[in-house]
Amino acid sequence: MDLADFIKASDYEWHYGPVDHMRVPAIIFGSEALICAMDDHVLTQLKNVASLRGIVKAAYAMPDAHWGYGFPIGGVAAFDASNGGVISAGGVGFDISCGVRTLTSGLHHDEVKRLRARLADALFGAIPAGMGKRSKSRIELELAELDAMLGGGAKWAVSAGYGVADDLSRTEEFGCMAGATPEAVSQHSKERQLAEVGTLGSGNHYLEVQYVEEIYDPETAKAFDLEKDSVVVTIHCGSRGLGHQIGTEYLGQMAKEALIYGIELPDRELACVPINSPTGQKYLGVMRAAINCALANRQVLTHLVRQVFAGFFPRAKLNLLYDVSHNTCKVETHIVNGRAKELHVHRKGATRAFGPGHAVLPMELKTTGQPVLIGGSMGTSSYVLAGSNASEQAALSSSCHGAGRSMSRHHATTLWSGRAIIKDLANQGIEVRSHSYRGIAEEAPGAYKDVSDVVNSAAAAGLSRKVAKLSPMICVKG
Amino acid sequence: MHQQLPRWEHFSHGADIGVRGVGFSRNEAFEQIALALSAVQTKLELIALTSEILVTGALVAPDDELLLFSWLNAIIYQTAITGMIFGRYTCETRADGLWGWAIGEPIDDSRHDIACEVKGATLTAIKAIKLGDGTFLAQCVVDV
Repeated sequence: MDLADFIKASDYEWHYGPVDHMRVPAIIFGSEALICAMDDHVLTQLKNVASLRGIVKAAYAMPDAHWGYGFPIGGVAAFDASNGGVISAGGVGFDISCGVRTLTSGLHHDEVKRLRARLADALFGAIPAGMGKRSKSRIELELAELDAMLGGGAKWAVSAGYGVADDLSRTEEFGCMAGATPEAVSQHSKERQLAEVGTLGSGNHYLEVQYVEEIYDPETAKAFDLEKDSVVVTIHCGSRGLGHQIGTEYLGQMAKEALIYGIELPDRELACVPINSPTGQKYLGVMRAAINCALANRQVLTHLVRQVFAGFFPRAKLNLLYDVSHNTCKVETHIVNGRAKELHVHRKGATRAFGPGHAVLPMELKTTGQPVLIGGSMGTSSYVLAGSNASEQAALSSSCHGAGRSMSRHHATTLWSGRAIIKDLANQGIEVRSHSYRGIAEEAPGAYKDVSDVVNSAAAAGLSRKVAKLSPMICVKG
Repeated sequence: MHQQLPRWEHFSHGADIGVRGVGFSRNEAFEQIALALSAVQTKLELIALTSEILVTGALVAPDDELLLFSWLNAIIYQTAITGMIFGRYTCETRADGLWGWAIGEPIDDSRHDIACEVKGATLTAIKAIKLGDGTFLAQCVVDV
């Protein structure tokens, strides 16, 4: 991307416009090197988002931004419903509430290292992943129970025996997204979910056992129960087939309806409708049900992980550090022109990053701000960050979510073989398990950008604070 | 350079993948892009053509792009529900809309080596157009 037409607000914040149809500026966060390496489509998509009705403050792109669907992945945009603001299914994505949760264990790296291969086998056997028969859920739900799950989220899962009450305060929305309308979720969506509750999925989804390699912020790390060489477990997945189906249905519906509301779409994928329209309200309700689906999914997976760990480390306690979601539209209060305003905040491949003292955080996280969990690629580091108050002014309390790919899946399979990667990572002390060698090749570490650059940019831009760096020991690929 | 018809192909899109079909008619292009969709997940030659299902019947849409969007997402839905992967498609236009069938087999982890699930066909880079030479092109990006 050429920065010639940008205004440099700081070394890590770049402004463009507003020009042409843009109602607000586009703001991209990142080092100059990261942004120059970004696809030109990121700016095109930001300009399009910035032209949508009711947008407030700016169209934002995080340091990991790349070409998405209407919205760039790594995109953030907030809309004022009272000012004709719109809601976009493309601005949320197909994998609604895809996200990450990390569990602390109290175990030391050395304790887990010697059992690494057996633990990897046990996790691989217990966690439904990939596609085909082995990907199917261990839980069979009737439709009535599915509705309860869609209304209750992780809260439902805990009440059904898949977790403990303490998990809920460490989950966004306290484990249950209010305002969900399970009854409005389509039959097709529910059918896709019946065999997928508590499953990892495929592609870039994963479950990793990691150890804390480095601490950057000792005080916050201590509050997060992270010590150097302590072991954590991280799960990355989303709302599975139900979310995908809802995304599909409403993307199509909004594409048909946009013109009715006089919304001209520069990109059909930016399909949207007014928040206060019948379809806008319906989408909000079913999207919230999908958020609950993702929260329940990660909660059930947590239960399965705890069961496996109990078999190896009976005295260990896996406590939830936090659960964050990347693809959502949530109603949040933000300061606009000095006044508190209720906004519909789309985060597409971006993480909420509420800073210290935020009203919605549980007591135990008020001093630190919320954890922000950033996944690396298979075989590379992940990071734990913390929300910062500077991020509210900068980007509506938002931060990045991961590294982003540096090459296509096909290209990756021409460069690497799954078997060779597994062997290579094993030699580095990382046990990888997957049902697909091709999937491993597609997810090769070299196929992703350097997440460290992304995280350093996010920290330098004030979007969130670095707390700890995690290194993988075991990776179960979806 | 003369390119074979009908044909399917993939094109690059960042984190995901583009699928494209070209044929002598719209329906033929739709059959080809469906093969491209299957090929995202596995090699077509690995798919045994043992069972046929009706993917969709009487499918209508305001324009060919949205029809394409609906056709591909109907296939993705059927793959999710049946657990099958498909290696041949047939599209037919009837008075009440587009009808489509697919032939394939249940996904076999050990043979198909499926790397990722297609979450949905998107409207990104979507085209369903007649080309200057009279052939028809259908394409879009799919989210994996």
